[in-house]
Amino acid sequence: MIDFIQMIVSGVAVGSTYALMGLAMVIIYKTSEVPNFAQGEMALITSYFAMMLLTQMNMSVYLAFFLSFVFAVVLGCFLEFAILRRAKEPNVLGMIVITIGIEMIILGFVSWKFGADQKTMPFPIGPYDSFIIGDIFISKLAVLTLVTALLFMIILYLFFKYSKLGLAMKATQQNSVAAQIIGIRTNRTLMMTWGISSLVGASAGLLISPTIMHPFMMWDPMLKGFAAAVMGGMTSLPGAVIAAYMLGIIENLFGGYVSIEFKTVVAFVIIVLVLCIKPSGLFSKHYIKKV
Amino acid sequence: MANLLEVKNIETYYDLVYAIRGASLAVEEGSITAILGNNGAGKSTILKTIMGQIEDQPDKGIIEFNGKPIQHIDTDKIVRKGIAYVPEGREIFDELTVHEHLLMGAYTRKDSEEIKQDIDQVFKYFPVLKNRTNQWAGTLSGGEQQMLAIGRALMLRPRLLLLDEPSLGLSPILVKEIFSIIQEINSKGTTILLVEQNANMALSISSTGLILENGRFVMKGKSKDLLEDKDVKEFYLGIKSETSAKGYQRWKRKKAWR
Repeated sequence: MIDFIQMIVSGVAVGSTYALMGLAMVIIYKTSEVPNFAQGEMALITSYFAMMLLTQMNMSVYLAFFLSFVFAVVLGCFLEFAILRRAKEPNVLGMIVITIGIEMIILGFVSWKFGADQKTMPFPIGPYDSFIIGDIFISKLAVLTLVTALLFMIILYLFFKYSKLGLAMKATQQNSVAAQIIGIRTNRTLMMTWGISSLVGASAGLLISPTIMHPFMMWDPMLKGFAAAVMGGMTSLPGAVIAAYMLGIIENLFGGYVSIEFKTVVAFVIIVLVLCIKPSGLFSKHYIKKV
Repeated sequence: MANLLEVKNIETYYDLVYAIRGASLAVEEGSITAILGNNGAGKSTILKTIMGQIEDQPDKGIIEFNGKPIQHIDTDKIVRKGIAYVPEGREIFDELTVHEHLLMGAYTRKDSEEIKQDIDQVFKYFPVLKNRTNQWAGTLSGGEQQMLAIGRALMLRPRLLLLDEPSLGLSPILVKEIFSIIQEINSKGTTILLVEQNANMALSISSTGLILENGRFVMKGKSKDLLEDKDVKEFYLGIKSETSAKGYQRWKRKKAWR
């Protein structure tokens, strides 16, 4: 029984990082219908940036993290402004390929600049600091990640539902021509979307970095986050978060009771099943266009 | 009165297609001006050119709003100058509610108190929309969507309202209703430039009419004169000028519109 609860707890812990990545991908998908495969690497470079500030410049943790978040927002805006906006006659497939290109460039840059070996991040909470309740270990880092993920979900949900800019972002995605003719600067809106998304993704990167830190550290969370976003219907923020936690828990239970080797594959089996049975995602509600 | 909008000899290309071949028009402040023309004459293209919706166009010519040139600037800046545009085929946001549409229509405005009043005003024009406040716009009927598109444009408090075929796909009763509301909007001080296929309706509410053929204006005049014009009657209003005793039409009136 203790095992079972422990597995669920660590499933929730790992689900939180998936949730953050999923949220980041959903935000960009919501406005531009492009799944951003560079999301993980954008978070990666931000984490390395934070590490650089902490180890080489000896900054205080709060200042370093604040600067890293600023860096993340600027990076997101820059990528949209300098690369994606320049695409001539863009279509969704072309944009996806561009994001994969950005991903590889950043990955290569990080490996070249910082080396591909495991680094240690001087994070204020170590990876093994835990609360112990009865016989169950709950890592402090996991609690922090959980809180961050839920906080981002609530803030973003309210933002898209009630704020003017959030509404403008939704409007831009649904009909960019109509958005322009009511005076929305669609380009700038898209740029801000990338900034916000990069910020959310970067928080995932920073929270993963104390445990693992090498150029491929974001691969798994990014793909699982994407899987969660697909499961949640790609446009639903709460959907992506719930799916991420489901994924984390199912994955851990499978690893514990069935086969540890195939643990990471489970997520993708689930995606295939979801796409076969309910392709619009588990939690999305969409208006189906009448022809 | 002064001209609010002046289009001087514009030429527009869609890639290599020469769509507008030197068109000029002036819209007097406070008036309703109607542009009529066949399919493919370039009516919608003129409105799109004015709104800066076609990249790098107009190729030649000047568009002046309130005495200042507005060609080759971004659509959102044109909107901020006070021109609202209701495009052909409504162009609404499927998954935003009616209320959110009206809020978005006022995107460029900051005065939240008056925005609330304007929303009530739109509901006064279109009472049907009030029952659908929290419904997704995609679930509305065609007529309701058209009303919503007009309402959204009004939320801008525009000085000039460009309407592209507001009667498209609507039942005759609804067309009448929409046109009477257009007249009401105009009587409250909004200048209107209207593009229509329904010549009869358009000429009956407008003060000036222009006829567009193959990218050029071929006729211009007071709407009531145009309604009496023989060629306009034959080609746009569908009134046959002569019939034979047996009801055969032996010859057809012809006109080279240039």
